[in-house]
Amino acid sequence: MSKKHNGFDKDRRKFLLTATAVTGAVGISAAGIPFVTSMKPSEKAKAAGASIAVDTSKIEKGSLLTSEWRGQPVWILNRTEYMVKGLSKMEKNLADPQLKVTSQQPKYCQNLTRSIKPDLLVVVGICTHLGCSPTAKLQPKGDMGDDWTGGFFCPCHGSKFDLAGRVYKGSPAPTNLVVPPHKYIDEKTILIGEDQKEETL
Amino acid sequence: MKRKTNLMTWVDERLPVSSFIKNHLTQYYAPKNFNFLYFFGALAIVLFALQILTGIFLTMHYKPDALYAFASVEYIMRDVSFGWVIRYMHSTGASLFFVVIYMHMFRAIIYGSYKQPRELLWIFGVLMFLLLMAEAFFGYLLPWGQMSYWGALVIVNLFATVPFIGPDLAEWVRGDYLVSDATLNRFFAFHVIALPLALAGLIFLHLAALHSVGSNNPDGIEIKQTKDKKTGIPLDGIPFHPYYTVKDLIGLTVFLIVFTAIIFFMPEVGGYFLEHNNFVPANPLVTPAHIAPVWYFTPFYSILRAVPPIFNSQFPGVAAMGAAVLILFILPWLDKSKVKSIRYKGTLYKKWLAAFVLSFLILGYLGTVPSNIWGQIPSFIPLLGGLDLATFVARIFTIIYFAFFVLMPFYSKKDKTKPVPKRVTS
Repeated sequence: MSKKHNGFDKDRRKFLLTATAVTGAVGISAAGIPFVTSMKPSEKAKAAGASIAVDTSKIEKGSLLTSEWRGQPVWILNRTEYMVKGLSKMEKNLADPQLKVTSQQPKYCQNLTRSIKPDLLVVVGICTHLGCSPTAKLQPKGDMGDDWTGGFFCPCHGSKFDLAGRVYKGSPAPTNLVVPPHKYIDEKTILIGEDQKEETL
Repeated sequence: MKRKTNLMTWVDERLPVSSFIKNHLTQYYAPKNFNFLYFFGALAIVLFALQILTGIFLTMHYKPDALYAFASVEYIMRDVSFGWVIRYMHSTGASLFFVVIYMHMFRAIIYGSYKQPRELLWIFGVLMFLLLMAEAFFGYLLPWGQMSYWGALVIVNLFATVPFIGPDLAEWVRGDYLVSDATLNRFFAFHVIALPLALAGLIFLHLAALHSVGSNNPDGIEIKQTKDKKTGIPLDGIPFHPYYTVKDLIGLTVFLIVFTAIIFFMPEVGGYFLEHNNFVPANPLVTPAHIAPVWYFTPFYSILRAVPPIFNSQFPGVAAMGAAVLILFILPWLDKSKVKSIRYKGTLYKKWLAAFVLSFLILGYLGTVPSNIWGQIPSFIPLLGGLDLATFVARIFTIIYFAFFVLMPFYSKKDKTKPVPKRVTS
């Protein structure tokens, strides 16, 4: 099996050397885990990032409520029937009307209105371009021009989004606004930060 | 294989990597008779690296602000993922650093490694010991617990005893009229950047000096004096790599077993590594009943307490404490012995060394306990009656501590040494 050179068993030596190096590498990588992990959000940050409950009963039809989750503005828009109907006519203006970038919304919001209930849109109010918070321009026309059907406009670099947070073609923003994980804990209360379970769909 | 050689040649023409590895590892010859006391230099390097590493990660979460410091340390302990491991590695590392350094210095003393031609090597070492003490002291304030606060207050007040400029000096060190947020902030600056940087520089000089003169050994024989006539390699030398790199790895393994056992099973070591009072936030209005420094400072703290005030000034005690460290600098010139190693020194030297080690340990112990622990000397004894017995004992051993150094020129000359062999013994 092993060849001896000048009294040294080279194969045996090579094996021992490799075994030692591998064991050492495994040990050092294991010791690295605490250091790398310590840079993750701490328990305090996680607690601050826990889910929040929002009462939607006070939001009037056609108006917007801004709440805060993980230090970000989260919009809850109560869309009128007219607004919801208009969503299906937007397709030609939008960059991703089919919601092909699936990371921008949870599975249960992978639909035309991007919401659980058709009228209530929950969306993170941060532009997907460089992180500014867009301004709500919910009414059609006005200073946005005659073609405007209502939506959000980012003042930083001019990205436009429709009333489902879908991005317009030609905007600097690459993707639709993010729909955060959320679920209804009763008829009128949304819990932002936790996913809706499959069976309740 | 061929590509590898080509790459190495390319690099070597621009940076002397191969020749550095040869000169300092594979063809750097160290005496073949090192014993376990020679592990501690390598361990000190590893600990220095570990303290830097854990320190960087602690700094990511720690807040050097009197309002938030204590809470941020508790935050590290409770909320940061694995924060407790990193903090305990740092606190245990600090204490073990002193264990390792004391052993390293003890090794140098018994084998005469400070003697000609290694005086500079020794001086760099003592300088690093001094900076290490400062580093530990600054770091100890950062958790902003009761012991941090009052320990720093007492030590900074030592500066106030310096004649004439004392009070102004203490105020300058604190940056305030009391130990405060300003003090914490500057201690943080010293602890995380100034002193580690200085230490790194000194480690470089220490190693450069070492590799220039070569290691001493338990026999205190210069291996460079007996070289192979053909190759010029010391006959009693072996290449540092692989022989001592592998041997040091064994020492490191044993060390890490102890290190991790402390971290996981007894991180406070009964209040010796992390004092109980330091789990109480700093309170400038309430002094803890018993203030003691961490164990590694206690021999010097004992000397401070043992020296009585002269002319109503505490300065002599402070000066004695400083001298206890500074006298190490001139050790190479105090030792007049013809031989280096304890193996060839006579019984007179050995007795003095034993007395010195004993006094260091007893002073160390006494520094951890209140001075009235053994009660008072009965009042019928003239002169000493009423004095704390522990203080009296500390005075005796303080005298022995200094006598070891001050009388060394005399007893080391008088000492009957044994003949030193030409080659190292195995």
